[in-house]
Amino acid sequence: MSTTIKPMITLEEICIEAEKIRLSNPNVGDKIVSDIYANAETIARPAVTKKATEARPWDHKLDDILTSRLFGYPIMLTLLSLIFWITITGANIPSQMIADILFAFQDQLLVWFELAGAPSWLTGVLVLGMYRGLAWVVAVMLPPMAIFFPLFTLLEDLGYLPRVAFNLDNMFKKCHACGKQILTMCMGFGCNAAGIIACRIIDSPRERLIAVLTNNFVPCNGRFPTLIAIATIFMGGMVISELQIAVASLVVTCLVMLGILITFAVSWALSHTILKGEASSLVLELPPYRKPQFGAIFYRSLIDRTTFVLKRAIIMAAPAGAITWILANIYIGELSIVGHLAAWLQPLGYAIGLDGFILLAFILGLPANEIVMPILLMCYLSSGQMLEFESLEELQRILIRNNWTWLTALCTMLFCLLHWPCTTTLLSAYKETGSKKWTFLTFIIPTTIAFTVCFLVAQTARLLHLV
Amino acid sequence: MNNVLTNIPLSTIGIGSMCQIVSLNLQGLLRRRILDLGMVPGTPVQCIRKSPAGDPVAYMVRDTLIALRREDASQINVNLM
Repeated sequence: MSTTIKPMITLEEICIEAEKIRLSNPNVGDKIVSDIYANAETIARPAVTKKATEARPWDHKLDDILTSRLFGYPIMLTLLSLIFWITITGANIPSQMIADILFAFQDQLLVWFELAGAPSWLTGVLVLGMYRGLAWVVAVMLPPMAIFFPLFTLLEDLGYLPRVAFNLDNMFKKCHACGKQILTMCMGFGCNAAGIIACRIIDSPRERLIAVLTNNFVPCNGRFPTLIAIATIFMGGMVISELQIAVASLVVTCLVMLGILITFAVSWALSHTILKGEASSLVLELPPYRKPQFGAIFYRSLIDRTTFVLKRAIIMAAPAGAITWILANIYIGELSIVGHLAAWLQPLGYAIGLDGFILLAFILGLPANEIVMPILLMCYLSSGQMLEFESLEELQRILIRNNWTWLTALCTMLFCLLHWPCTTTLLSAYKETGSKKWTFLTFIIPTTIAFTVCFLVAQTARLLHLV
Repeated sequence: MNNVLTNIPLSTIGIGSMCQIVSLNLQGLLRRRILDLGMVPGTPVQCIRKSPAGDPVAYMVRDTLIALRREDASQINVNLM
């Protein structure tokens, strides 16, 4: 025994040595894991008693239905539309109440500003721009969020979401993507930035990138209110009022389905072009169903998510409201700055079924999708003042006065669903991918698709004289 | 008769059948993950259900329900019990 064992000092040396041993015998890793489990079993056997009959029969029965060949997909669809229906129905009245209170306070603010002798431009920027934009965002966004998030968290808490991944994995496999992508998409319903961060759960870097690049095709909570409002006014408005909410929910569900379809198409296209590769493995745990903890659900959905998203919206909406008011009230020649910009964008907007103002609102809404509708309304009212948001009927009057047709409504919804992600989402994509190239693709892929789809829809409808 | 039931891929096991893991032909990260879940040689596994499209399939391993794609399950050899 002439060789002496060198003492290992640093952790690095120990790791190198361990790696050497591991590589010298490929089975040593397996042996270690097997031994750990054997040890654990020896310890657990005398200590843990299991009820022999407790096979959780209702767990299996529930799975038999929820993942069955016959009911698996219809149940997913039904649950999705049910969530939208509850959200739309439930959000109507509180939205109205919040709007009443906030706009009553605005009148009070106007009185105070007048009493204080504030110059009209200051009143304009602060009250008619900033406060009004804020009030709109809160009134329109808070109720749907406060209903939608708890419902979704409930499904999460019950343990249903992994079943959704289980049901849909085969489709993702056909796109050479990962079944867990659907979980990141579910997260995206709340917020696309959160959805992109959730992509960390996907092991394969290639499949993770696909999930990042396509997350924007599920509408986030900032876009839902826009979709819901337009669907309720235009699509629901075509039928008798009793069916209005049902039709609106159906339209929103169809839009979400379209978004999911495009997610599959883009995932497939990416796996066959710039992100070429075979589907890798999937190891998905299906946890037992749990009794939901309502306290935790309310805390997580209302405190963590709702206030987080709302805070972000408020931070973005306040300056955006002020800037929009200024742009709408500074006149160059005959037109305000907003008017000039919209006139310049008009040809492009018209080609894709929108108008210059709508396109401008989407561009100004880049910091946060929530503020697209408020900006649009401010832009439409040439005085730079938003009418009182009294009801959806009022909104409908404003839109129709600005030449909206069903095609404008449809294209606006499609554009809202498919267009570029907000800056927070782009920033998350940059942080997660660490690459300008992938961040740019996160922006350009949805943008191209939005313009293409809206262009095709608008041109087809006009060619067939449907409008 | 015996060769039909021994050393066959996990993916060929029918729903409800019990089997015991013999060996893993998986490589890299997936092999690590499968081992970490306690799917080591000798572990009993029961095939529980198929997803609506027939793939992936859920297996009960150590009281945990784990879904695997057919390609991955076919790399795990088992003996029917």
